[in-house]
Amino acid sequence: MMEPTAYLLLSGILFGIGVAGVVARKNALIILMSVEIMLNAVNVAFIAVGSHLGDPTGSIFAFMVMTVAAAEAAVGLAILIAIFRLKETIDITELSVLKW
Amino acid sequence: MEPILFILFGAIAVGGAIMVVTRKHPMASALYLILTLFAVAALFVLRQAHFLAAIQVIVYAGAVVVLFIFVIMLINVPENKLPMERLTGLRLLGVVVAGLLILETAILARRFAMPAGPTADAGSVQAVGRALFTDYLLAFEITSVLLLAAVIGAIALAKRKI
Repeated sequence: MMEPTAYLLLSGILFGIGVAGVVARKNALIILMSVEIMLNAVNVAFIAVGSHLGDPTGSIFAFMVMTVAAAEAAVGLAILIAIFRLKETIDITELSVLKW
Repeated sequence: MEPILFILFGAIAVGGAIMVVTRKHPMASALYLILTLFAVAALFVLRQAHFLAAIQVIVYAGAVVVLFIFVIMLINVPENKLPMERLTGLRLLGVVVAGLLILETAILARRFAMPAGPTADAGSVQAVGRALFTDYLLAFEITSVLLLAAVIGAIALAKRKI
């Protein structure tokens, strides 16, 4: 089996793409998807190192990350629907009521 | 065999992720997200993490992305009312900083070295199931509380009147 280095590199690349999506996009839906990419990148690192060490803990952590990702998607999209009902927009630059 | 498949699926995952963050319409992004998630599931199979690969396809591609697509269709923003996005000023700087982050992790990953472990079946259904229901039983139970909280929160938020 390969060394985990290449997988860690891939994980870093995916995470960086996710970060770029979160900071550069205005569409709230695409920002949530970028967060999903970031969580998935972390899973790649967990699985790569876990299988390299022969320890199921890596898989357990990735499992927990997936649970949190599912919960985050459900709550995030519910918030998005509530905001859209109120403001008729998903542009995050227009959602600045908490900013002063 | 593993390096070839790794490069293939890794390239698909990265390409799909780039498409997710660059498409204008969120529906195209969601479909590319499915591509990325399937490629990552294939990478899990390469690392012998069969349980996580199955969960990846079922939970992510099967549930989370369907939820995304459902919401995209539900709120149905018309093409001309999508946010105008141009990469200027702070946003461009943010992308540059994300690139620096990739560079940083690349340097760290190159220095990464650890001894190989004893067994190869660490990600099999049997090994993961045993670990999940013995050593990590409490964490597993707390996870179910988290999901319950998410369900109640989502229903409460999406209701018309709270």
